[in-house]
Amino acid sequence: MYNVIPDIFMKKENEMQTDVLKKVPVREQDPQVRAHNFDEVCLGYNKEEAMAEASRCINCQNAKCITGCPVAINIPAFIAQVKEDNIEEAAKIIGESSALPAVCGRVCPQESQCEGKCIRGIKGEPISIGKLERYVADTAREMGIRPTPNPNKKGKKVAVIGSGPAGLTCAGDLARAGYDVTVFEALHEAGGVLVYGIPEFRLPKEAVVKKEIENVKALGVKIETNVVIGKSTTVDELMKEEGFSAVFIGSGAGLPKFMGIPGEQALGVFSANEYLTRNNLMKAFKENSSTPIMRGKKVAVVGGGNVAMDAARTALRLGAQVHIVYRRSEEELPARVEEVHHAKEEGVIFDLLCNPVEILEDENGWVKGMRCIRMELGEPDASGRRRPVEIPGSEFEIEADTVIMSLGTSPNPLISSTTEGLETNKYGCIVASEENGATTKQAVYAGGDAVTGAATVILAMGAGKAAAKGIDEFLSGK
Amino acid sequence: MYEIVKARRLAENIFLCDVKAERVAKHCEPGQFVIVRTDADSERIPLTICDYDVKEGTVTIVVQEIGASTKLMSSLKEGDCFHDFTGPLGKPSELIETPIDELKKKNIVFIAGGLGTAPVYPQVKWLHEHGVDADVIIGAKNKDLIILEEEMKAVAGNLYVTTDDGSYVRKGMGTDVLKDLVNGEGKHYDLCIAIGPMIMMKFVCLLTKELGIPTIVSMNPIMVDGTGMCGACRLIVDGKVKFACVDGPEFDGHLVDFDQAMRRQAQYRTAEGKAMLALEEGDTHHGGCGNCN
Repeated sequence: MYNVIPDIFMKKENEMQTDVLKKVPVREQDPQVRAHNFDEVCLGYNKEEAMAEASRCINCQNAKCITGCPVAINIPAFIAQVKEDNIEEAAKIIGESSALPAVCGRVCPQESQCEGKCIRGIKGEPISIGKLERYVADTAREMGIRPTPNPNKKGKKVAVIGSGPAGLTCAGDLARAGYDVTVFEALHEAGGVLVYGIPEFRLPKEAVVKKEIENVKALGVKIETNVVIGKSTTVDELMKEEGFSAVFIGSGAGLPKFMGIPGEQALGVFSANEYLTRNNLMKAFKENSSTPIMRGKKVAVVGGGNVAMDAARTALRLGAQVHIVYRRSEEELPARVEEVHHAKEEGVIFDLLCNPVEILEDENGWVKGMRCIRMELGEPDASGRRRPVEIPGSEFEIEADTVIMSLGTSPNPLISSTTEGLETNKYGCIVASEENGATTKQAVYAGGDAVTGAATVILAMGAGKAAAKGIDEFLSGK
Repeated sequence: MYEIVKARRLAENIFLCDVKAERVAKHCEPGQFVIVRTDADSERIPLTICDYDVKEGTVTIVVQEIGASTKLMSSLKEGDCFHDFTGPLGKPSELIETPIDELKKKNIVFIAGGLGTAPVYPQVKWLHEHGVDADVIIGAKNKDLIILEEEMKAVAGNLYVTTDDGSYVRKGMGTDVLKDLVNGEGKHYDLCIAIGPMIMMKFVCLLTKELGIPTIVSMNPIMVDGTGMCGACRLIVDGKVKFACVDGPEFDGHLVDFDQAMRRQAQYRTAEGKAMLALEEGDTHHGGCGNCN
């Protein structure tokens, strides 16, 4: 494991960027080196780089970037403070809208949100908003800047179910508004997908996630772990017996899907959720971890989303040669461009337009390969993407000792089945208003993957934010 | 932190303890399980619930030392704490959903194999408290591994004990006892509930299929989160993928693919073996010699 990264392995960026049309490049660990460690890939801006990048912002009056941000951070205002090296003020501006800036700066799909709308991006590259946000959050943390609780208490209790991005955002906003907030987490550690799903090399757990959760706690939010709502207690009990006036459900996505092909029960076939949970939450990548993980030599990851990229890059770091098997073409890959780019740089092999039809087992029941079929793109389907169609007679076999299925999830019924009057849609997702998170049950709000199905961290945060506003309006009788 | 308020050894390598966990105790039903972590770096271990006391806010679990994690767990003493204790997880036994009148009309037999006696106990106790006396067969490898005999006697209708090696009461498997009861003594059973090692449940199911007795089993596959997130505990039941943690742990035993389940359960055996060696041999081993892998 490399704790200190020698300079020669970093991308050279000594001379400051002068081309105003281009982003100040961000330093990253060299792909050849990082493919073998779990240290963070992106090293972030230093002060000079951040100030240089901030000075590219033209501070538009009608700032489109804000409309592109699901939590509507006042982006030009915080960037203006970075320009002046006023980190405390910049952190305060971001803090008004986001409880998790160090996380968002790292995992948001900026290219399709704030940066996608940046006026600079029309002619040249947009401002590197994500990297600046990360710089502000990291620097503020290093400087010991912590948010302070609201002294004006409302005297009302709100329960938040799930400590992932939706729950933490909702809890943070409600605490800032003066509510007494308790977050209930099913696992033994707070953070939800930030802890069990997204790997260390993309989002450091101790240095970043834990600290951001501490910041939410600094606002007065209490977090109770090991409470599975629907089992350890119920939404109705929280309201009737524990005195909570409102409940926000941000319980996340749910049960992993499998393909239903022959051989899928072979030994060495995992869901991406299991593989990532073992590695991220349970730290199986560490030598002395008490939770084991299969360290395959040849790993096939089926799927093309961010989770698939995370699983593939994790397997690579555990020493495997890794193939991503995806049934559509590169253009349709649902993963962020940066993740695909990083995966390729590190040596993940992409088998596109290719779909597994059978997992092959050896005589002891272990995976030995996968039979795949080539695909071509046909007419667009309901999602607007061109539908992949099998090419008859094009089957071929690939060698693999581990297969990781990353095909999305279906909703977990634990809460919806134990809460009276809480409606779900035909997919099993909780029905909730996009505008304020209101569900079909009074005083119960919901947001994030539990409502939308698997989506992104920032969309969940946006939903948590909307619900916090909805809950505040409901409890203030507005 | 979850305090161990009472602890005792049931056998040389079997440990019973009452753990203070009010939320869990309040919602416990027979058939459910908990996930326990001994300390901040421990693995998440699913354990069946043996008993619970709502008033005291305690849950009783039984742990058998089979690997490094369970060995560490059973080294704890009264007053020590578990770092994490989550539950109750899984669906409660179908028995508690069945109307009592209907249960009273049924002849029910439980077959408990070894440590499986622990999760059988709360079901038999629950039935007893509702006026239903079920027959119970406890089987174990030898005399030392027969647990909770006295407790079971107090709540069971007829209790039959057997040991594989004949070191206690009689020689033979639980299946032999059931066969004798049905074929020899002419007993009739409407329902069998078998809990124990997968291999034992498999053979009980083969027998009860032959005898025409509907059979429920409680599956104990590998789990990680235990809340329906990871899919590690998936099983094939009636040809479909089921998650033991949210769809189970109890299933119709005649529909479970036991061979597949047993294979999956052994998936990490090498890793578990290494962890045990590391624990037992400490610094004298695992010094990074590089020859072990």
